[in-house]
Amino acid sequence: MSELQLRWNAIYALFLRETKVYFREKERIVSILVSPLLFLFVVGRGLSGTSPVPATTYEQFIFPGILSMTILFTSVTYGLYIVWDKRLDFLKEVLAAPISRSTMFVGKSLGGMVGGIAESAVLLAIGEAFILRSSLAALATALLLSALVAFATVNLGLVIGARMRSMEGFGLAMNLLTWPMFLLSGALFDLSKSEGWLRLAAYLDPFTYCVDLMRKALLGWSLFPPAWDLAAVLLFAAGGMALGIAAFGTLSQAD
Amino acid sequence: MSAAAAIRASGLTRRFGAILAVDSIDLEIAEGETFALLGPNGAGKTTFISMLCTLTRPSGGTAVVGGFDVARESLKVRRTIGIVFQEPSLDDLLTGAENLRLHCLLYGVPPREIDGRVERMLRTVGLKGREGERVRGYSGGMKRRLEIARGLIHRPRILFLDEPTLGLDPVSRRAVWDHIREMKAAEGTTVILTTHYMEEADGLSDRVALIDRGRIREMGSPEELKRRVGGDIVRLRGRVAPQDFAGLDFVREMTIDDGGVRLAVDDAPRRLKALLDRCPAASEVEVRRATLDDVFLKFAGRPLKNGENAPRADEESR
Repeated sequence: MSELQLRWNAIYALFLRETKVYFREKERIVSILVSPLLFLFVVGRGLSGTSPVPATTYEQFIFPGILSMTILFTSVTYGLYIVWDKRLDFLKEVLAAPISRSTMFVGKSLGGMVGGIAESAVLLAIGEAFILRSSLAALATALLLSALVAFATVNLGLVIGARMRSMEGFGLAMNLLTWPMFLLSGALFDLSKSEGWLRLAAYLDPFTYCVDLMRKALLGWSLFPPAWDLAAVLLFAAGGMALGIAAFGTLSQAD
Repeated sequence: MSAAAAIRASGLTRRFGAILAVDSIDLEIAEGETFALLGPNGAGKTTFISMLCTLTRPSGGTAVVGGFDVARESLKVRRTIGIVFQEPSLDDLLTGAENLRLHCLLYGVPPREIDGRVERMLRTVGLKGREGERVRGYSGGMKRRLEIARGLIHRPRILFLDEPTLGLDPVSRRAVWDHIREMKAAEGTTVILTTHYMEEADGLSDRVALIDRGRIREMGSPEELKRRVGGDIVRLRGRVAPQDFAGLDFVREMTIDDGGVRLAVDDAPRRLKALLDRCPAASEVEVRRATLDDVFLKFAGRPLKNGENAPRADEESR
């Protein structure tokens, strides 16, 4: 078999493993949907905020952001689970396998996307039933975009997971990274009416562009030109991938 | 590399902080040989083979495995070898068959051969019929057998077994040994195993290295090593004294034992009659063939099986 074929088989193996494991842990699939649903139906309906997008409700306005958040949280949690793997099981088998670390990273990364995409599909279905009135094409675009956002955020999670030594860092990473990324992204409010410092922070937050692009797909409205958004998201994904491959290069079994 | 050497280590060293886990080991293992590393826990066996498997970087020295340098050509080394870890490394959310299939993909087994190999391997290790169950529900012994199957399924030229039968019941242990022998006969695989079970090292291996505190203390075939400690032990009780055996050249050592005499004898079963002729008043005789445990006791100055090194409780019943 050619080198390329070998590499592809290994990536497929890792992808398959993650997919199977994901769909076998049903509790995780359900539990991760709780907070987005709370956001949508409690915050979205209870806060009765206003939407800067013409002819949309506040619920509809925050939906793309909540959708992106779900992917972010799923992905980062997945990445951090590597720490768990380090202690337990399968990682040792993978670390000992005749595959390069970049192959390993890509396999893990693709495998991790499954979760985010699946959650996104469920949420889009719920959204379409109760909140959105998007066209099928818009929903399909959003799902496609979910894959990209999942890829970018999984890479981020894997970078942290590979660097982290113990599970104690888990809460820390979630609180210091994912919550600020989500809240600063303008998922819940109109950035253009925000104070200067907040706007600056949002511009520096790569997740802002994910949310903005998702809004464009579902509501046909975005703060930035979609091409900028897309470029920023791609940059975010590529940066995460480069950092991830570097981090995986030094990854070893916890002693 | 010379055709004969599967593994060549020279000055291989690994430090963990101030601790010298492996202290400049020189070793050559021939193609097709079964080689056992025998020693207590913490002796450096696992660290030594981790370096050969490219899982741990050497702090010093070099090693060539299957013709490839462990530091510079780790991927090539990895394609040549199979590893069965001491610690479990199965994915317990997957089924037994899935674990094997994924392994095949990771190790470059041609996809159309995978099903056939999985099938055969499951039969070999006696897991046929249970392959569709998740590993989570397997007993300790089943997990061990599955790991061994996994280490072999890609047909490595060199196989590393780190405590391969730890926690197995005697029947499963024997099955594993038989399988290792069969595989060697069929494929000429070179096997390197670590163990602290004497009978395992004795029955399986062509050569044994006694390793303690990071160094190889003694090396040779099991028979050679046993000869070196002075052979078999004969204990005589009753009216016997050391001078009864004066002048017998096959008696290597004599010591007064509680209530009798303890002799170290070459080839005791054949010499027994000559010994008993010298002490007709002996009331009791006990013959014990030399074991590797005696070898270890002699060269490392302490028994191999002290309390903390005792094998773990059998997990089969879990």
